[in-house]
Parts: sequence; structure tokens; C-alpha cells
Amino acid sequence: MSWIATPRSMHMAQPLALRSGAVLPEYTLAYETYGTLNAARDNAVLICHALNASHHVAGCYADAHGAPTPRSQGWWDNMVGPGKPVDTDRFFVIGVNNLGSCFGSSGPTTAGPSGEPWGADFPVVTVEDWVQAQAALLDALGIEQLAAVMGGSLGGMQALSWAVQYPQRVRHAVVVASAPNLTAENIAFNEVARRAIVTDPDFHDGHYRRHGVLPRRGLRIARMIGHITYLSDDVMNTKFGRSLRPLAQQGAEALARELYRYTTHDVEFEIESYLRYQGDKFAEYFDANTYLLITRALDYFDPAREHGGDLARALAPAQANFLVVSFSTDWRFAPARSQDMVRALLQNRRQVSYAEIDAPHGHDAFLLDDARYHALVRHYFAQQVQA
Amino acid sequence: MSDMATHQAIAALVPQGAHVLDLGCGDGALLAHLMRARGCTGYGVEIDDTKVQACVQRGVPVLQLNLDAGLHMFDDQSFDVVLQIDTLQNLRNAEVMLQETVRVGRLGVLAFPNFAHWPNRWQVMRGRMPVTRHLPYEWYNTPNIRVATYADFVKLVRRTGLHVVDSFGLHDGRVRRHWPNAQASTAVFCVRR
Repeated sequence: MSWIATPRSMHMAQPLALRSGAVLPEYTLAYETYGTLNAARDNAVLICHALNASHHVAGCYADAHGAPTPRSQGWWDNMVGPGKPVDTDRFFVIGVNNLGSCFGSSGPTTAGPSGEPWGADFPVVTVEDWVQAQAALLDALGIEQLAAVMGGSLGGMQALSWAVQYPQRVRHAVVVASAPNLTAENIAFNEVARRAIVTDPDFHDGHYRRHGVLPRRGLRIARMIGHITYLSDDVMNTKFGRSLRPLAQQGAEALARELYRYTTHDVEFEIESYLRYQGDKFAEYFDANTYLLITRALDYFDPAREHGGDLARALAPAQANFLVVSFSTDWRFAPARSQDMVRALLQNRRQVSYAEIDAPHGHDAFLLDDARYHALVRHYFAQQVQA
Repeated sequence: MSDMATHQAIAALVPQGAHVLDLGCGDGALLAHLMRARGCTGYGVEIDDTKVQACVQRGVPVLQLNLDAGLHMFDDQSFDVVLQIDTLQNLRNAEVMLQETVRVGRLGVLAFPNFAHWPNRWQVMRGRMPVTRHLPYEWYNTPNIRVATYADFVKLVRRTGLHVVDSFGLHDGRVRRHWPNAQASTAVFCVRR
């Protein structure tokens, strides 16, 4: 059932000191809320987003007549909403667009101090900075303590960071398909994506808007690489296998015999067609500088670093109870990395539950419908997260 | 075997306020009982999706792990008690798991079906693998891949150099200390390094 979500934004006049040493003198955060904050103001759940998502977690946007716009559902609409695993009939759910993103919060596409868009000059932001900005928004909304903070992938890193940075403000942290830091291979994927963007002739050192162009080629390739790593080998083979792409001009006879066309330039396999489509779509709505900033935030996240690599010591301040979830075929944020977090939480005797969902969909699984996964989150919120 | 009386007999072996790891915790009923009645803390370990959900529903912290992959997740002596209730017989390497149990826990409490219980002996004498109320499986569908007797376990414990703090049989929820190898459907061992 579709319901209407309304985007809001809050201007924050207090400067934000960033990990890099830079200071944002003022900034804006785009956010949405669903459900009702109770009288005790203790039923708030913060949902943190990953690379390309936004504050639009659930619900649909209204069209001019107030009816739901088709295909405008939020990115975690199957998880959050009335009667959903994170039930907005019980909880007051908040989605925030992170700083440096391109969906309404201050970032490369919004106006900087000069009045021009920040472009490449937007400061480098970290997971810790995002959490600090989210905390400032909660202050403004009059929410002292979260019933839960929840996120998948990069969003899970924010949930973990919340539990460490603001131990008194988080009762539960739900960390899905995430990791306590990126492995070298994972940073390597990000670097290839970034190189694709910055070597696009239309990139112009990140000031492409001044030149009236967009580095779409780079963004497309970045997205194609990303997509490969979000799927599993199994699901790619099931979905596409070695299927050839039928072309209109191809004769029925050739199709029937599935002949190769012996071309190096054109799309031959279905998987190529799928990746190109995803790349094209992404390049139309996502900002290249944002892609660079957010992948960098992923690379930099490493709470154990300040503690000589000891994750247990890094997580020692956390007071929250944890639910950690991984997916068996997720090789970008593998179950072993979730287990690293669980082990560190065990060493601190934190209350933690961990589930490894046997799902074929790779990293993407955290966004998809899976009865076991959703039942688990539903039970956790219903039984353990007190509203 | 996971009836209330058995739970109570096993719970009696767990000190008040102990930090407990329950390997193969099922739906978390025993751990929930220990947390409620004896002020214990800790975690269950379970591989089955439905049982993991049941634990979460009960509010019992549960870790979905495959015990055949070992206990590398857990530090040496990080628990007061490690429970293996009705679990040992489902694991590929029972000897390694026994040693891991006392590495991770100061005290290991193990309970498993005793194949030398007299109704089982009787069935084997008649030329058939035992199928009873306590062992309801046929040989071709049983999850019990390591079948042992009370007496077999005494031998294994001796071989691994562990100390038996206490051991007894359980049958119909009652402790059997007299001739447990024949009188009890369940063997219970309390061991430490």
C-alpha cells in the first residue's frame, strides 16, 4: 500500500568541525520522518543510507493532486513503513541525506560560501562527520536518545559509529551487510571507480558544471563496476548467464541459432546490456563529486585505527545492544567482516545477536525481500527494541 | 530431552550470574531460563534459521554460526560455562569440540543421548538400531552422526586429560546416579581442563 512521504530540510547555523580539520560554517540537511514521535520522545529510529541512496527511505512522493507518484517508493520501502519490520505505527523513523550527497543536503551540487556550487571544493567528509551532523539534526528535533539506529553497508558503518560516538544516545544498533573497515580489495574497487570519473575528459578537476558538462562516461563505468560487486556470481548466472542480447535487426533464424555477431564494440551479451543500462541511468541522476566523496568516506572508515587496529578497544565505549546481519553470498561486505564486529562486541560482553542469511543475491540482498531476513528484523524490533 | 525437568537439572549446574555460551541453543528456552531464574548473561549459538528467529523473539542473544567450523569466534576462558545440550552427537568432530568447549569456558556442561540405555541395548540385541521416545529417528534420517554411550564418554574425557567435575544420567527428568550407563537415556558431564 502506498503512503505519502514529505521531504523536509533543516538549515544548521552552527559550524560543523570535520575530521579533516576543515569546518563547514553552516549547512543544510534534507530529511524525512515517518510515524509519530511519542510523548516520552523515545521511539525514534534513525535509518542511515549507503552510497547512492538518500533521506527518502520509505513511502511515495505525492503528485500535483496529492496521489502517490508511481515508482517513487523510498529505497528501503520493503523494510520501513506501517506494519513493516521497522513499523512506523510504533516508531518515529528518520531518514537523513548525508553531507556531500546530491539529494538536498549540503554537498558539491549546492551553493558554497561564494554562492557558486561547491563542486570539487566541498570538503572531504567521513562517517564520523555524518554521524555528528545527524546528531545535530536530532538535537534540533528534540530527540535525546534513539530507540535504534539502523543501516546497511555504508549505512551500517554509520550505525556502528553512532554506538561508539554517542553511546548514551543509542539503545540498539542494527548493522546489516556491513564491515568495521574496507579491505584492500574493496578500496581497490572504489579506486577504479574514482579513476574512471576523474579521467573522464569532461571531469575538469571536478568543476564540470562551470564548463556546462557532466562526466557521464566516468560515472557510468563507476556504476558498472559497483554493480558487478553488489551481485553474486550465482545470481548473475541465473539472471543473465551467457544469454545473447536479441537485436531487432537480427533475423529470426540467427536468433534461433544464437549466433555470435563477432563484434567488439556492440553489446553482445545480456549482462553487458544490463550493466550499460544501470550505468546510463545512474549517470543521469548522480553527481560525480558526490561519488568521489562517498567512496572516500567508505575507504577512511576504520574505528580500530586509533586503537592500534584493536576493534574490541574501539568498540569499548558502545552501550547499545546490537543486531548484526550478513548475507552468505555477499563478497563485497562478506559475513567474515560482520563476524569481526561480532567478535569485538563479544569481547566487550555487549548484548549482540548475529544472523547470516543464506541468500543468493550478494550485497544487494540487504535491500531485497527475504522472508527470513525481514522476519528477523521484525522480531528484533517488536520484541527487543522498546518503543 | 529439552523438557522442563531436564532444563532444571542442567540449570542447577550453572552458577548464579554466570556468563554462559549455549552451543546448539535451539529456540533459546534454556538460556532464557538461565537469564531469568539465575541472573546469567551470555549467548546462544544456533545454525537453524527458524530457531535463530525464535531466540530473537524470546530476547535471547543468539549467534548464527556453524559449530563444525569451530569456536574461533570466542576467546580462551571467555565464558564461565559452555553448554552443549543435545549438540555433541550432531557434530562432525566431537573430540575437537570437547576440547574447544573447555578452552572457551571454565566449565563445560555436556548432555547427549546415551546409546547404552537398556531399551537401546534391547533393540540392538534384537538386531535393530534403536528407535525410542528419546531417539525417534531411523538410522537413515538421524541427525545423530556421533553416537556414544555414557561409558564411551568417560573414556574420551580420560583420553583428552580433562577433569570430570560431576557426571550423572538423566531419565524422565530425574537424575540417575546409580548405573547411569544402563539406567539413563541422557548422559550429563560437567568437565573442566
